[in-house]
Amino acid sequence: MQVIVNIVVLGSLYCLICCGYVLIYRASRVLNLAHGEIMSLGAYFLFTVAMSVGSHPALSFICAILMSLVLGLIIYQFLMRFMAGESAFAAVLVTIAMGILLRGLTTLIWTSQDWYPLQYLGIENASHLLMGDGVISTFGIIAVVSFVVIYACLFTSFKFTRWGLRMRAVGENPLFASQRGIRLHRYYAVSWALASFSAGVAGMIQACDSGLNPGMFHIGLKAFPVVVVAGLDSLAGVIPAAFIVALVEILAINYISPQASEVAPFVVLLGMLLIRPWGLFGTKEEIERV
Amino acid sequence: MAFASGYFKTTYLEDFRLIETRSRLVCFFVLIAMLAFFPLIASPFLVDLAVQVFLALIGAVALMLLTGYAGQISLGHAGLVAAGAFTTAILFKEVNAPIFVTLPASGLMGAILGLIFGLPSLRLKGLYLALSTLSLHFIVIYLGAEYETHRGFATGILVDPPQIGPLVIEDARLWYYLLLIIDFIVIVFALNLVRSKTGRAWMAIRARDVAAEAFGIKVARYKLIAFILSSVLASITGCLFAYYRGFVSVEAFSLFMTIEYIAMICIGGLGSILGAVMGTIFIVILPYVIDASVDLLSMPARLTTYMFAVKYGSFGLIMIIFLVLEPSGLVAIWHRLRDYFLLWPFKHKSVGR
Repeated sequence: MQVIVNIVVLGSLYCLICCGYVLIYRASRVLNLAHGEIMSLGAYFLFTVAMSVGSHPALSFICAILMSLVLGLIIYQFLMRFMAGESAFAAVLVTIAMGILLRGLTTLIWTSQDWYPLQYLGIENASHLLMGDGVISTFGIIAVVSFVVIYACLFTSFKFTRWGLRMRAVGENPLFASQRGIRLHRYYAVSWALASFSAGVAGMIQACDSGLNPGMFHIGLKAFPVVVVAGLDSLAGVIPAAFIVALVEILAINYISPQASEVAPFVVLLGMLLIRPWGLFGTKEEIERV
Repeated sequence: MAFASGYFKTTYLEDFRLIETRSRLVCFFVLIAMLAFFPLIASPFLVDLAVQVFLALIGAVALMLLTGYAGQISLGHAGLVAAGAFTTAILFKEVNAPIFVTLPASGLMGAILGLIFGLPSLRLKGLYLALSTLSLHFIVIYLGAEYETHRGFATGILVDPPQIGPLVIEDARLWYYLLLIIDFIVIVFALNLVRSKTGRAWMAIRARDVAAEAFGIKVARYKLIAFILSSVLASITGCLFAYYRGFVSVEAFSLFMTIEYIAMICIGGLGSILGAVMGTIFIVILPYVIDASVDLLSMPARLTTYMFAVKYGSFGLIMIIFLVLEPSGLVAIWHRLRDYFLLWPFKHKSVGR
């Protein structure tokens, strides 16, 4: 039972992180390798707000979430905008460089010490007994709930709203989309903002659950295989992929060694690339066979 | 390639020369003499810095061949360097092997891994290839970490300095000369390779693999050759790295090392061996320049405590600046400068490069 709970919580966290990768990749064909850093920045925002303004937990969460949204917009407007139309590799390198820059800045601003935002927020991370003998923490529940809510919102808005339709059009064919009068830069920026927002939420939950230090960006890197298993441009594929990778990782911790859990997602990734490079639900056309 | 008027190639032999004119030959000998006398006058710190540049240079040339010439993107370079270092360390610890065994063994390990790293390239391209090499990086590092924990070298493996005949290479100056010779061989090898059939095949694949195949280039074979050669050189870097540092641990071969190597070839300028040299010098010296400038400007205490963060930040910033503003790298700046002075006072662009 405990194993299942762990898998569900880790899988939800992966889903939250990965929808950022997919949103950006789908809109602009850029793979954002600085996602882990953006995630930990979201967590640091929460910490800063909680420490300086404090008082109300819900208020500080909302402030931090708004800050992560703005962070995504800023990154697009001042950096990634210049890389639109460049080769995919150059854009990926820019995101790597940006990740390093953000990592350096994070350490300079918040030092490399461990922080616990919970103690400023005034909430406790209690454990709840589930049926059977599983234990789940409060923030485990929050992770699962926010994953469900965010994904439900994303799916409905992509399906039924006007901007969701435009967003899909941009992802499908930027040239036609722009000729139909859709402002590409605006929708790219929206995708960055949404990605930064969801990553920020994941970062905040993770920070509340187990503390905050600059090493947190590693989770972003580890979540990366999930996106490839899902197919880089498939939001729906993320959900099964996240749970598969979480399953493999938890099993590796339990049956091989904790060290192996670091590498297990990447073994899955490699296997996936060899068998079905376009992922479980990705579009096949973009990979040309050699 | 001659860049001033008055020089014409009249025989094929002249066209084959690496050093074309007499003035270039003089420049070359002056450079060699300067490099040879450098450790005799320089301080130990500068010699150490030069050795670091020489070490990184082999790896950078290796990545340049793979990414800059063959156009295959690899995010697993640190994994290959780690494989060489660990092969050396393990052979040294288990059977006390001398450098004559460990160096070829590392090269062999590199060749095997290069084949494995290269196999996905037959199916995958671009980003997907980069991802498969990234996961191989993590797998190699994991195997190294498993060896460390199981054999009880939790913090790292100590390696004694190598012995060649009666000579124990421990002094930084000896290292300097050894690496100078190795680097010279590697660079001449790479320069000749990229203008041979293999190099031309690589560049054709880089430009467009389908067209290359149509021209009768065996794409699969040349891709694998690129991967194998690059990994052999990277593993040899790892072997020398292990001996020079005298200490091997997985922490040294993080993803950041790969990024540093990629930064070297990107900042230097893709598709040029000279670019690899310039980029390596730039990236290796950068942290020391930042150190010195922070000392000079008497920054606030916080900056000095978190020096590594300052280095990280400025490294990222410089990489972004180059990628956005000068994607063809230092080598392009150098060519522009050179042409400006050669053609002065005219403003014509040179036709060749």
